[in-house]
Amino acid sequence: MSARAETWLWITQRGAGLILAFAVTLHIATIIYAVHRGLSATAILGRTQGNVAWLVFYIIFAVAAAIHGGIGLRTIIRETTSWRGASLEAAVAAFVVLGALAGCRAAAALFA
Amino acid sequence: MIGGATRSSDWRARNHPAYWAFLVHRISGLLLALFLPAHFWALSRAIEGEARLESFLRWTDDPLVRIAEAGLVVLLAAHLAGGLRIMALEFLAWRDGQKTVIALTAGASLAIGLIFLLQVF
Amino acid sequence: MAATLHVSVWRGAAEGELVVYDVPARPSQTVLDVVTFIQRRLDPTLSYRFACRVGMCGSCAMTVNGVARWTCRTHIDKVAQSGAVEIRPLANLPVIKDLAVDMTAFFEKWARAKGHYKPPAQPPADFVRVPPKTVERQAADEAIECIGCAVCYASCEVVAWNPDYLGPAALNRAWSLVNDVRDAGNDERLRAVAGDAGCHACHSHQACTLRCPKQLSPSASIAGLKRATLRAALRGKL
Repeated sequence: MSARAETWLWITQRGAGLILAFAVTLHIATIIYAVHRGLSATAILGRTQGNVAWLVFYIIFAVAAAIHGGIGLRTIIRETTSWRGASLEAAVAAFVVLGALAGCRAAAALFA
Repeated sequence: MIGGATRSSDWRARNHPAYWAFLVHRISGLLLALFLPAHFWALSRAIEGEARLESFLRWTDDPLVRIAEAGLVVLLAAHLAGGLRIMALEFLAWRDGQKTVIALTAGASLAIGLIFLLQVF
Repeated sequence: MAATLHVSVWRGAAEGELVVYDVPARPSQTVLDVVTFIQRRLDPTLSYRFACRVGMCGSCAMTVNGVARWTCRTHIDKVAQSGAVEIRPLANLPVIKDLAVDMTAFFEKWARAKGHYKPPAQPPADFVRVPPKTVERQAADEAIECIGCAVCYASCEVVAWNPDYLGPAALNRAWSLVNDVRDAGNDERLRAVAGDAGCHACHSHQACTLRCPKQLSPSASIAGLKRATLRAALRGKL
């Protein structure tokens, strides 16, 4: 990967991190609220079903998390193993895409 | 890392706060990245209907699972605090010292508060 | 204070062993004094480097009890717990013999980071006026006192984990030049210090800043490079 591409990877990581800072704060607040009232499928789905705001939030959250996690894993792998090159980049891309899809599927499952 | 033509620094050189902060951030990030797919899978049980999600949630009533969940929340809070610290270092051109303190207090208070509140259930 | 120091010294190159020497303890002894005593009185085959011996040149840097330091500026009583001390060559560099390391890679990376001044194509008509209190000049002045001793390089875990990583000293020098308003090579320099081999590999462990004998902050310089390369990338100049 070129120095320019790697710089953009870093920028993307920090940008996703900023998005996650807001999302995680809201997410933790939601968790506290939710468990305080007793965690149940009824309670969760009561909040999320048909709610476009939650859907949009969770989609953004999931995509940002998949990107941030993928780039993070790439760094860890490159620093602790000798795995490098196109095969690693492909594996990381697969993690990001599959993770984002899984997250969107979960968000859709709660919305529908 | 040790051996070969060059030696790397040993644990006596790594025994300082900024390195511990890095370690917490990296380990928490790794564990969260590994947890994420499982989390998405669990939530998508709702596709199979409310009852399926409900039966999964009842599994999480197990005290050991609750403790593990509290652990995850701590990891998340710690990773968030560490990330904010890194971005302050990189973008705000601060110098040393205060940032680690800030991160430690933020992370600690967040974690302690959350553990306490999660104990409510 | 113990009357005799038990000094473990690395003998050999990549392969080798720690050999223990008994050295008489003296007041105000530095680690360099101890190494010199061993070489002159006990074992003339010991190889090591020093020059000024007064904390100005950086030649005497070694690993003392696992930590990179200038041996002429390290008093024995600070490091010899219960009369024992371990001395090894600097980490992250190939060992030539005993306590002397090969600094080639360190300086090659300095060059790769474009750590040298590039004059403009046309010489200026008159002296360039650089007010000392400008933001850029202050940033350059904070980074400029580096004498290339490699203590920071030896202290950096990322240097150990990533063989291509330019390292704190090279990046620190690049930052001082990025802030030199006379320099004409910054487009090229920012390209040289960006990416996984450059400033973006730094995880802010800050061992470099902790250990720098001149109290420089390569961490701050590298953070500055991250901001500078961000701006360059956003402007399409990277």
